[in-house]
Amino acid sequence: MLPLVVIALLTLATAAVAMALRNLIHSALLLIGSWGGIAAFYLWAGAEFVAFAQVLVYVGAISMVVLFAVLLTRRSRTDIALAPDSVGRAFAAIVTGGAVVGVLAGAILSSPLGAGTVAGNAPAISVRDLGLQLMGSHAAALLVVGGLLTVALLGAVVIASADRAEKEDDRS
Amino acid sequence: MSISPLQLCLLFSSALFCIGLIGALSRSNTILVLLGVELMLNAANLNFIAFWRYGPATSPATGVIFVIFSIAVAAAEAAVGLALVIAIYRHQKNIRLQEADRLKG
Repeated sequence: MLPLVVIALLTLATAAVAMALRNLIHSALLLIGSWGGIAAFYLWAGAEFVAFAQVLVYVGAISMVVLFAVLLTRRSRTDIALAPDSVGRAFAAIVTGGAVVGVLAGAILSSPLGAGTVAGNAPAISVRDLGLQLMGSHAAALLVVGGLLTVALLGAVVIASADRAEKEDDRS
Repeated sequence: MSISPLQLCLLFSSALFCIGLIGALSRSNTILVLLGVELMLNAANLNFIAFWRYGPATSPATGVIFVIFSIAVAAAEAAVGLALVIAIYRHQKNIRLQEADRLKG
C-alpha cells in the first residue's frame, strides 16, 4: 500500500502545481512528471505493457507536441508567463471540483468495493497473449484505431499548416 | 474502518480527475485547458487498471486492452487539439479562450 500512497501523492502534487503555475513551460514539464507517476502506478499494479505504452505515448510523444505548441504560440522570446486568470472563475472552478471530488470520495468510501480482494495477485497477462488477443479477437477495433490515428494526424497537419494565400500576405 | 486498495486507487483517480477538471475550468490558456482534459482522460485510464487489478475476475486482458485503445484515442485527440491551438494562434495572434469566440477567421 505504501508505494501506492507515495506514487499517488507525487502524481497529484505535480499535477496540482502544474495547473496552478503561470509559466507554461514549467507547467508542461511538471505534467510530464505527473504522467511518469501514472506510468509508475501502472507498473505497481502489474500492467507493464500499459506502463510502457504510457511512457512512450505521453512522456515521449505528447509532451513533445505540447512543448512545440507552447513554443510556437508565444509572441516573443520572453512571452511565456501568462496573464493572471480571473479570481472569480478560479474560485468557481475550485468549488465545482471540490464538490465533484467530495461526491466521488463519499461514494467510494461508503461502498463495499474490493473488500474481498485485498490480497489478490494481479491477473497474469504476457505481452504475447496481449498481441494474440489484439490481432485475434480485437483485430477490427485495432484497424479502426489505426484508421482513426491516420485520419487524426493527417487532419492535424492540414489544420496546422499555413495555407498559401496567407503566406503571400505575410511576404508582401 | 479500513480502506481497501481498490478504494485507494479510486480515490487517487478521482482526485486526479478533479485536478484536471479545475484546471480545465479555471485557466484561460487553451493549451492548459487541453492538458486538463488529458489529465481527466488519464484518471479514467487509472480506473480501468484499478478495476482490472482488484475487480471481479474477468478475462485477464480486458482492462489492459481497453486502456491501450483509450491511450491511442487520447493521442489522436491531443494531436488534433494542439493543431487547432496553432491554427487559432495564426488567425488571432492569441490563444486566450475568451477571445477565440468566432468561427470565421
